Amino acid sequence: MFIIGERINGMFRSVARAIRERDGAAIADLARRQVAAGAHALDINTGPVGEDPAEVMTWLVQTVQEATDVPLSIDSPKPAVIAAGLRACRGRALINSTTGAREKLDALLPLAQEYGAELIALTIDERGIPRNAAARAEIALAIVARAMEAGFPTDRLYLDPIVLPVSAAQDQCREALAAMPAFRTLCEPAPHIIIGLSNVSQGTTNRSLINRTYLAMAMAMGCDAAILDPLDRDLMDVMRTASVLLNQEIYCDGYLQPAEGRR
Amino acid sequence: MSVELIRERWPGKVFTVTIGATPAEGGTRARALTIGGHTSLPFAGDAPSPHRPLVAMEVLDVVPPDWPAHLREPLADVLGRPAEWARKCVEDYGADLVCLRLASPHPDGQDAPPDAAVATVRAVLEAVPVPLVILGCGHADKDNEVWPRVTEATRGERCLIGMAVPENYKTLVVACLADGHNVLAEAPIDINIQKQLNILISEMGLPPDRIVLHPGTASLGYGLEYEYSIMERIRLAGLQGDKMLAQPLAAVIGSEAWKAKEARLAEEAMPAWGTAAERGPAWEAATAAAFLQAGADIVVLLHPAAVAAVRRVVAELAAVPAEA
Repeated sequence: MFIIGERINGMFRSVARAIRERDGAAIADLARRQVAAGAHALDINTGPVGEDPAEVMTWLVQTVQEATDVPLSIDSPKPAVIAAGLRACRGRALINSTTGAREKLDALLPLAQEYGAELIALTIDERGIPRNAAARAEIALAIVARAMEAGFPTDRLYLDPIVLPVSAAQDQCREALAAMPAFRTLCEPAPHIIIGLSNVSQGTTNRSLINRTYLAMAMAMGCDAAILDPLDRDLMDVMRTASVLLNQEIYCDGYLQPAEGRR
Repeated sequence: MSVELIRERWPGKVFTVTIGATPAEGGTRARALTIGGHTSLPFAGDAPSPHRPLVAMEVLDVVPPDWPAHLREPLADVLGRPAEWARKCVEDYGADLVCLRLASPHPDGQDAPPDAAVATVRAVLEAVPVPLVILGCGHADKDNEVWPRVTEATRGERCLIGMAVPENYKTLVVACLADGHNVLAEAPIDINIQKQLNILISEMGLPPDRIVLHPGTASLGYGLEYEYSIMERIRLAGLQGDKMLAQPLAAVIGSEAWKAKEARLAEEAMPAWGTAAERGPAWEAATAAAFLQAGADIVVLLHPAAVAAVRRVVAELAAVPAEA
């Protein structure tokens, strides 16, 4: 299970403050804590900044790279901001994210190839968010076809079936899960399946419980990557337990014991 | 038409462990030896291993009385003299490592004091230039008396010392941490317990690249396939990224293979089985050859003829030439 830590995001008030004050130590600390908690990669999102977001992205990437050397997921709706992040990134990078929309793919696929980055693709397109699993699979197929046409290796593609808040679109939680097995059969090698987990619990009072329940369900359906809060210890324990139950990791009595060496 | 070879790629990598230290590194060995570092299954050709498996020869401070004559015969002039035995292993038979088993402290045997064990270790260390593997007698309380003395006497030599077992690992780990040695961790034919033991040892502060795994003892006809499959699963888990199973593997074969009646029985007892002098070493060598295929990084052998055969096997299998 590939875990991308979600905490370096300008949507969080403390991160917005750190960005505003260029408090590199606070960002570096957040990066280190997420990696220590088990994140394999870190998402970097400037959030809604008034000033030049490309410059903010560059600063964030540089600051995080000084603290850790894990891969970075460069997260922005704007291709120019993503390009700025990729330029600053020394190690492995992921683009977060394209969609199935022609315009997005045309902008981001070449960018991924230029920088040797992996690509996260949301299964939405010009028509908006699909209503069921079949419609998600249809967009996924279009994305995979485009990637193959462009010569982009499909095992560097992370398909996101779009997780919606249970409080707002309850029926969609199940549709996103149902889309996962279909995604895996689209091509060889199979694409990765990623979810932006925390969205499922937006606007609810039991956020952690809902997140970790959904994560276990998604893993059982073939999801092998997630953007989530690694500082949620219960969530990470469920992730490790599900890995063991799915025979992805060898069981031992101490499998939950924190040991830096195991990560 | 050209055929494209399919190479399997794995996300994980087996840790490298270095045994022995040169004078520049604070020891007295002619050179240090490194094992592990694999990024694919053994000898599969997907990715050549940076370090070939090592052949160690076992030297005992007390020879079991029931050893058959055809095992004693080639070593007759050195049995009971560990330093000379060790020297013969290196100079005459080309052993990469000497594996010294300190059996004499066992309370059911000689119940030798720790001082005697330390003297033996010192003598062997002086006799040979190669790195040492040191094994205890297997009696927990006695090992815990002997180990700290042995690790202190060999401080800086970066030996590989065992066996740390789930019931008794703390004293050895603390001693190895203090004196800069590697730990050989044993969990008999149980991958779950092997992983658990690794976690426990790591939590005491020993880095994962100072542990070598010993997933059990078995020989041809006596559990070989169980140990083989456990070694294979450990390697697969390590390659898949499980750092608590990504350590190199050791197999102590000689003493186990020579327990098999097929290796021991005298010729007159079973003429149909062929010459005893060949049968015993063959039993040992066949066991070792299997474990090499399963991923053993160190095989510990007894009979010189088995050593010669296994050295040939390693040379033929290894994608990289021997170090040095």
